[in-house]
Amino acid sequence: MADTRDIDQLIDLMARLPGLGPRSARRAVLHLIKKRGQLLLPLAEAMHRVGTSARECLNCGNIGTTDICDICRNENRANGQICVVEDVADLWAMERSQVFKGRFHILGGTLSALDAVGPEDLRIPKLIDRIATEQVTEVILALGATVDGQTTAHYIADQLPGVTVTSLAQGVPVGGELDYLDDGTITAALRARRAF
Amino acid sequence: MIEWRDEGALLAVRPHGETSVIVEAFTLQHGRHSGVVRGGIGRKLSPFLQPGGQVELVWKARLEDHLGAFAVEPIRSRTAVVLSNKLALAGLNAVASLLSQVLPEREAHPPLYDRTITLLDLLGEGEVWPLAYLQWELALLEELGFALDLTQCAVTGTTEDLAYISPKTGRAVSRAAAGVWAERLLPLAPVLIGEGDAGGPEIATALAVTGYFIEHRLIKSLGDRTMPAARARLLAVLERQS
Repeated sequence: MADTRDIDQLIDLMARLPGLGPRSARRAVLHLIKKRGQLLLPLAEAMHRVGTSARECLNCGNIGTTDICDICRNENRANGQICVVEDVADLWAMERSQVFKGRFHILGGTLSALDAVGPEDLRIPKLIDRIATEQVTEVILALGATVDGQTTAHYIADQLPGVTVTSLAQGVPVGGELDYLDDGTITAALRARRAF
Repeated sequence: MIEWRDEGALLAVRPHGETSVIVEAFTLQHGRHSGVVRGGIGRKLSPFLQPGGQVELVWKARLEDHLGAFAVEPIRSRTAVVLSNKLALAGLNAVASLLSQVLPEREAHPPLYDRTITLLDLLGEGEVWPLAYLQWELALLEELGFALDLTQCAVTGTTEDLAYISPKTGRAVSRAAAGVWAERLLPLAPVLIGEGDAGGPEIATALAVTGYFIEHRLIKSLGDRTMPAARARLLAVLERQS
């Protein structure tokens, strides 16, 4: 009988990834084995490279392969604006839009009264340091429209006297129809209405 | 299969797996109760699965002591009201974390539930909310067996010139009866007995007293639990605003 322990282990590891279960992991591994040259080996090499070189940017907390990430090294992005986000996934979402041209700061979470996440558990002291050293004129708080997200936003705003602090608007999403919106979003949109 | 229907206020929502959340709610007839909400991370449910939200819950489980699953229907979302209001947010966090910390699981407290809903309905009413919150903390202590008795002096029985509270018994002490023991007693802010001003400093003094009994009596009786940091943050916000 063929020894499939390595393959089983690969399936087991793949099944732990977000969005995959044992069945889909099995399909993915089978596909990789069938495309060994085009997919499996390049993927294994890429994973090895990332595994040995991936690290957090010492400045902003972004993930890259150098101590200081590309965004922080790019002088064109030193426009005095720092966008504060909760997580790297949020940074990637902002970058997808290609609208924001400043730098980022990743908190690594939000304050949580119930899960005992306090300011000292987040990268807030580093943000305060950066504001002093990078001639920051505006801090944009791009945190979730959740109780924890906005609690964090208010806390950070209190820690930053003398800097313009703004936050993302809340309201009707692009392509959204009022009929399908929850009442909280409609309330927020109505409160943030503007002259037309 | 065990099943019940109740209404509740959400206290905490924590991710569970990739698509579900574990919701902790303070329900009218079943007290503090948790359950899984499948699909709770999705766009449809997540807007109203926020602390402070009032929901209709159907809980189902195979056995009584299982975690079980909730089906949730929104009654009232308070998120939009509190998000831009620092005091309301701090207040909501303090209420939710205190209830989560001190309420026994699956034990109904209908009077406290009603008081909590009234308090949550007042979120955003900055003028009256601090006093309402103080009264809610007094009700919380009373409901859980640590009521303060501020009607008369514990020593002389007089109802005049009540100025202190005994940290041991939670009973009022008059100025004359306190004598040399005054410095060992807690100050009785008149607002605690419905007298005098209900401004920032008076509320702060009164909350220091209720905080003492919550921390040193109520929470201490529960073992290794600690006073939620959210309450200290609420006090800091109140202090800054007054």
